[in-house]
Amino acid sequence: MQTNNNAHWQLDTSSKPSGQESGAVTVELYGAWLISRAIPKATELDELLTEVGNSCDEAMIHLVPGAGFEWDTGFMSFLLQLHQRAVAFGVKLDPSRLPVQCGQLFQLATAVKPEPPSAPAARSIVSLSEIADLVKSQLHFGGEVTLAFIALLSGRARTRFADCLFFFQQTGPNAIPIITLISVLVGMILAYLGLVQLRQFGAQVYIADLVAIGMTREMGALMTAVILAGRTGAAYAAQLGTMQVNEEVDALVTLGIRPVEYLVLPRILALVAVMPLLTIYSDVLGIAGGALVAVGMDLTFTQFFHHISQTLSFHAILAGCFKSIIFGLLIAMAGCQAGMTCGRSSAAVGEATTRAVVLGIVYLVVADALLNIIYYKLGI
Amino acid sequence: MDIQRCSESAIQVRNLTLKYGTRLIQQDLNFDVDAGDIFVIMGGSGCGKSTLLKHMIGLYKPAEGEILYGGQNFFSSSEAEQQKMRRSWGVTYQSGALFSAMTLAENVALPLQQFSNLSVAEIRDIVSYKLALVGLAGYEDYYPARISGGMQKRAGLARAIAMDPDILFFDEPSAGLDPLSAQRLDELILQLRDSTGATVVIVTHELASIFAIGSNGVFLDAETRTQLDTGSPEQMLNHSRHAKVRSFLARGEMSTTHNTLSGREARS
Ligand SMILES: Nc1ncnc2c1ncn2[C@@H]1O[C@H](COP(=O)(O)OP(=O)(O)OP(=O)(O)O)[C@@H](O)[C@H]1O
Ligand SMILES: [Mg+2]
Repeated sequence: MQTNNNAHWQLDTSSKPSGQESGAVTVELYGAWLISRAIPKATELDELLTEVGNSCDEAMIHLVPGAGFEWDTGFMSFLLQLHQRAVAFGVKLDPSRLPVQCGQLFQLATAVKPEPPSAPAARSIVSLSEIADLVKSQLHFGGEVTLAFIALLSGRARTRFADCLFFFQQTGPNAIPIITLISVLVGMILAYLGLVQLRQFGAQVYIADLVAIGMTREMGALMTAVILAGRTGAAYAAQLGTMQVNEEVDALVTLGIRPVEYLVLPRILALVAVMPLLTIYSDVLGIAGGALVAVGMDLTFTQFFHHISQTLSFHAILAGCFKSIIFGLLIAMAGCQAGMTCGRSSAAVGEATTRAVVLGIVYLVVADALLNIIYYKLGI
Repeated sequence: MDIQRCSESAIQVRNLTLKYGTRLIQQDLNFDVDAGDIFVIMGGSGCGKSTLLKHMIGLYKPAEGEILYGGQNFFSSSEAEQQKMRRSWGVTYQSGALFSAMTLAENVALPLQQFSNLSVAEIRDIVSYKLALVGLAGYEDYYPARISGGMQKRAGLARAIAMDPDILFFDEPSAGLDPLSAQRLDELILQLRDSTGATVVIVTHELASIFAIGSNGVFLDAETRTQLDTGSPEQMLNHSRHAKVRSFLARGEMSTTHNTLSGREARS
């Protein structure tokens, strides 16, 4: 028996004899059932509910306010919890003797049947079926893009040339500053790396080869691709994802326009067109960066460039450009696919952007490795 | 085409079951929308009206059943035929769904540019006319983000009617509009129907609209997950077998008491 004002409940035994046979019991509620105080848990009544529920089909619990009864939202949430448990036990609650407003709020809260909880999505870190889904959706998307491209070639696609130009402008010229910075630095890094080793053999002049071949065959395309994966791939995913959220993609579909033709193709074409150009630009700046380092150390400009003119073949530049086209395609595909399959919330747009960048970089590194092996085998 | 439209229903829905994944939204839907009808999809919030509309416009494939347009099954048609059917529809979305990177004029002009041979000047004139129809004259160069929610909805409507479609689908076009704009919108819908002979399928909660323009309709129920009734709004209000439908259309005035487990009720 508590005497303070703490919220507590008690079975009213005085009415029990008449009540129990008809399956009805009375529970008295004492004290302040306020949100700022400790309130009993609805689960405390489970035992009572089981007992009453088993005694009879039409079991009923009358709730009666006792001494010092006060209530607010805290009590209402207890009541709703109790109601839900009671329904599960096949017991009815009678709040009719509680304060009037209390009963009205209870009526409102229980007027609409609760939706049965949907099965929570099974979550594991990486599941095989998830990977299978990913691969499937990538292939599906690849197929759609191919079809759209064929439609474009046969002049049936609703791709707008103006859109291609717009994205070309966004991905190309606007990326120049950052590509300049990164390329010069990568060229310098390559030069330093070589310098330390080659100096031991007195073969410093081969720095020129190292920088020229390193940039054109590998680093130019790779660094440009990494920058564009973060810059453009992510932007594509965010743009298309937001369009999904706003139902803009649905609106296109119902206008009779295929989103892949109208939204995806111009983006892919722009990126594929821009990549080789940026790569050549990056090659040039990387070699310039290497030259800076070389000249600062042991070589002269003339030596450096003379050596380059002897070793650098058109081959190497073409090999780099071909790589960059493949990279551009992969980045654009990863970005657009992430955007087009984006869910319908702002969080989903964030996820799509992340996926675009991560997948884009994974694709391009894997592709790079494969291409290098192929080049080696073919002797390019 | 027109003769055929008069002779049979514009849209026939047969044994339709709607699901998201495994979650059942509605089942066993059967109704016809006649050519020239203004067909109202009614029901409580969250019962699946927008879902039904999205199936009718072919965005989602139904779990079961079929939807026929002029006797042709949409979901078993070829891709090219589906595109062709879609181009004869106009759709507005609950959220507006304007292309946010384009101005209002460009939004409305898009279908015209894509599917007609009109000149730039002709398109501009049509766009001004359609925007004026929905009360947005002079807003050609505004971006969607710079106009209010109600204005976005009206701009979405202007885009939907740009091509004078045969069937118009509206998802709550008047929600978020003031009473006068809502009334103007009702008038516009009636005018469109009368002038172009379009069939209109509309999702709405506004009782005033339902009775003012609705000539036929279906009532969806969230609890039983199926349609409770079809027919014209007046007919449903006066003769529906279901108290729920009558009370919905009478604004809850003849509401039967909810089964809220009050003690007195249960004891008696
Ligand atoms: N993309 C979705 N994925 C899963 N469930 C959804 C999705 N969209 C809606 N639902 C569910 O489907 C049910 C019906 O939603 P819908 O949007 O069709 O309702 P509505 O009748 O249009 O409601 P309102 O009048 O409020 O617009 C809701 O219970 C909702 O939770
Ligand atoms: Mg809706």
